[in-house]
Amino acid sequence: MRLQYPTNINIIRVPCTGKVDIIHILRAFEKGADGVYAVGCLEGDCHFNTGNLRARKRVEQAAKILDTIGIGGQRVQMRNLSSGEGPLFVEYAKEMVELIRELGPNPLKKAKAEIKKRENAA
Amino acid sequence: MIVADKKPIEEIVQEIEDVKSLLIAGCNECVTVCEAGGKKEVGILASALRMYYLNKGKDVKVDEVTLERQCDHEYLEEIRDMVERYDAIVSIACGVGIQFVAEQYPKMRVYPGVDTCFMGATEKRGLWVERCQGCGQCVLAKTGTVCPITRCAKRIMNGPCGGSTKGMCEISQEIECAWQLIIDRLAALGRLDEYEKLFPIKDWSTDRAGGPRKVVREDLQQ
Repeated sequence: MRLQYPTNINIIRVPCTGKVDIIHILRAFEKGADGVYAVGCLEGDCHFNTGNLRARKRVEQAAKILDTIGIGGQRVQMRNLSSGEGPLFVEYAKEMVELIRELGPNPLKKAKAEIKKRENAA
Repeated sequence: MIVADKKPIEEIVQEIEDVKSLLIAGCNECVTVCEAGGKKEVGILASALRMYYLNKGKDVKVDEVTLERQCDHEYLEEIRDMVERYDAIVSIACGVGIQFVAEQYPKMRVYPGVDTCFMGATEKRGLWVERCQGCGQCVLAKTGTVCPITRCAKRIMNGPCGGSTKGMCEISQEIECAWQLIIDRLAALGRLDEYEKLFPIKDWSTDRAGGPRKVVREDLQQ
């Protein structure tokens, strides 16, 4: 297919989205990610039965935490597709990039820079 | 085990807005099993708090530790060297552990990071149910191993009361009538004659009515 998807997405491979835990999502934001989305198999099609359903729940929990601490829960999303849906993968990637562009960069980056500036001045 | 539930982060941060360094202390026992205060939850809370402070432009050090148990002096001693480096500790062990941390380190500000709920069991993942209230005088031998103190809203000893309808309690359609369960189980065991016997008045002094309780075992003390 040779489809192009936005280059600012860093793919982290996991054996199943069921492997993704809340802490992995939170750490990504701590390290400066502007957004995170988990792309799992279609619901009902998980090879391990419930991996993608668990991932969805964890994504929802991570979103709740991010909302509470002022980072914004919308920055974390769950998407489902089958392995044969390359074009849909590209569509989701573009959608995600657009959503994050609207939301702006991870506020922690700005905060970190300000703290550093303050430290340098002092 | 002791069942606890996560405290909302909003509630935790109210108490620790002013700190410069913070230690999140988890416990490897009951709260790990009920997924409220184990190593995993320590990591999540610490990560969330680090981001919370950073987002507010504050440079706060948030570290993590998970003890084997927080309700034993021996395990609490293990962190003696490190606690001095922090302004406060958020303990996500049960209420017992949280208090023991504070007793062990009297000059330390210690805050709870969970709401401790009850003594219970894991019905299934994500569902914990109360089974014992620690009344100090077990009656299970006489009640077909169903506890009327815990599972009956009125804690009555000779039930059921008039509020039992089709096996459910009058306070909620989701709560089973403890005395219906007792009768069903005694019937299944062929021991309904036990049900005929009246319970004498229960001595509540071994329950909370007698104030905070102790178990003293001189044979074990050194």
